[in-house]
Amino acid sequence: MQAQHTPNQRPRLSLGPLLYHWPREQVMDFYAAMLETPVTTIYLGETICSKRRLLRPEDYWELAERVAAAGKEPVISTLALIESDGELKTLKRLCSDRRFLVEANDLGALEYLDGHPFVAGHSINLYNDRTLAFLARHGLKRWVLPVELGRDTARALIETRPEGVECELFAFGRLPLAYSARCFTAYNRDLAKDDCQFCCIDYPDGLTIDTQEGQPFLTLNGIQTQSASTHTLLGALDEVTALGVDLLRISPQSHHTAEIIAVFDACLRGAMSQTEGLARLREYAPAGLCDGYWTGAAGYAGSASIAVPGPA
Amino acid sequence: MELVCPAGNLPALKAAVDNGANAVYIGFRDDTNARHFAGLNFGDKQIREGLRYAHAHNVKVFVAINTYAQPNGWERWSAAVDRAADLGVDAMIAADMGVLDYAANTHPQLNLHLSVQGSATNPAAINFMHRQFGIKRVVVPRVLSLAQVGQLIEHCDVPVEIFGFGSLCVMVEGRCLLSSYATGQSPNTFGACSPATHVEWIDTATGQDTRLGGVLLERRGHGEPAGYPTICKGRYQVEGKLRYAIEEPTSLNTMDILPEILASGVSAIKIEGRQRSTRYVTQVTRVWREAIDTCQRDPQGFRPRDSWREALAQVSEGTQTTLGPYHRQWH
Repeated sequence: MQAQHTPNQRPRLSLGPLLYHWPREQVMDFYAAMLETPVTTIYLGETICSKRRLLRPEDYWELAERVAAAGKEPVISTLALIESDGELKTLKRLCSDRRFLVEANDLGALEYLDGHPFVAGHSINLYNDRTLAFLARHGLKRWVLPVELGRDTARALIETRPEGVECELFAFGRLPLAYSARCFTAYNRDLAKDDCQFCCIDYPDGLTIDTQEGQPFLTLNGIQTQSASTHTLLGALDEVTALGVDLLRISPQSHHTAEIIAVFDACLRGAMSQTEGLARLREYAPAGLCDGYWTGAAGYAGSASIAVPGPA
Repeated sequence: MELVCPAGNLPALKAAVDNGANAVYIGFRDDTNARHFAGLNFGDKQIREGLRYAHAHNVKVFVAINTYAQPNGWERWSAAVDRAADLGVDAMIAADMGVLDYAANTHPQLNLHLSVQGSATNPAAINFMHRQFGIKRVVVPRVLSLAQVGQLIEHCDVPVEIFGFGSLCVMVEGRCLLSSYATGQSPNTFGACSPATHVEWIDTATGQDTRLGGVLLERRGHGEPAGYPTICKGRYQVEGKLRYAIEEPTSLNTMDILPEILASGVSAIKIEGRQRSTRYVTQVTRVWREAIDTCQRDPQGFRPRDSWREALAQVSEGTQTTLGPYHRQWH
């Protein structure tokens, strides 16, 4: 793990935790394929629903060993909303294992990680330098910028960050927008949460819902609500590099994740133009691309830098 | 159990005090609080008068500084904390770890409550905030069942306040970006959900469309009731069916389970609605004061009175109410 950045060094690529519920075999095949990609960091673990248990902590630790053996950095991601005693016990177990770096996604994880190195996920509300300095005193090694924050705040935080603390941006995927006690997948199948029948397994990329005029708007993923559009920072690569961002996170989806990583990698190396890269990404984003949060606009908006080029 | 009531201005504060609140919570006139609405909230003059009035009646005043500061606005938040401390409020309600860190270090005598916007839903989270900032109370997000609230109270060192009545947030407070996804402004960054400047009501041949940031949230026929538009209560197409995919337009009312709430050891019950009228504050405070007193005298025999229901219905937004997450079936 690189602890410090030098200005204008290219950001590395990371693979975020898998947010959906897939059959175990599909998950295993997916990570086998991901080991062959140019991501340097892989986040592993269930972050959405404690009822999804096709993979147990032991499975994630085993995967983490394989990630490390492949020369990449494994990070164990933890649940984003902790309510029950059982969830808290699992969280404590994951945080107590000192072999791997842990990503905290709920304040509760901070209690168990205090003083040990950790990553603050995007659902930890780190909005200012005072919070950054506070968490750094408690072991923060890296933070993922909350997704609603844009370049101005990223710049200010990076300029004042404590030595050795890395900044990661959510760079590709449906935006994680909200968490609830209610499981919206079960709710829309008219099932009670306690009898959900794991119906989220039917939606490998979440359940997209449309407005009454047919605009894809949100994606329901269990207790999480995501955007329908796919957020991307590919159009802002130069800016992101100039800011000194350390990592760009690609969020897994059920198709083309390796190709998406390849596009980012090629664009970062200068082997592909951003125009071509964006044209490819559009094919992998069924409800379109957005990047509004980065420029301080509405999250669903698209800036000029990701707009489809007009006729010449 | 304390009754904590909202006030968006001085008349509402006095109404809460006169009708039986144990504490009133308020905010400053800017984006440092989560009800940052035009024409609402308190300047120093109003706060001083409010404090004098409340304290003369043995009622506490809490100030909410419960949004998230970004680097370019930090001074506004630190100045708000200084003001709250200098004014001598009974507690400051905050969410941002940076703001709490500043308050705990700069004003150690200031009582700190962790806001619902701080998203602490479990004993580990609450104990962390207690150890770090000495919080004296936690307002828990509307995600826990009442049984879970009871367990939380058993396992954490901090008195627990819950929401009992008012608008219902369906998402964990402090971690909901739906509003900024459509408008660029969220409770965290701007202090408002669905800011009014981004809302459009458009009359059509068949009724009315409601949009937020241009996104169609609801399309109503003539005569169908219209609530204030939030994304979580919009109607969408889900696999070919039109439905309230997240939650129906409903508000929270926990009066039916008041005896269980009292028995669970909750320290305070909060009424939502700093943006609401003085009439709302008057009615709701009076009814809840009477209900809590009645329930404390005879928890077993407690049944909400029809007159209370009617009084609350008169000021509720929409007609539907729910026990929300306190009732496990809601999940």
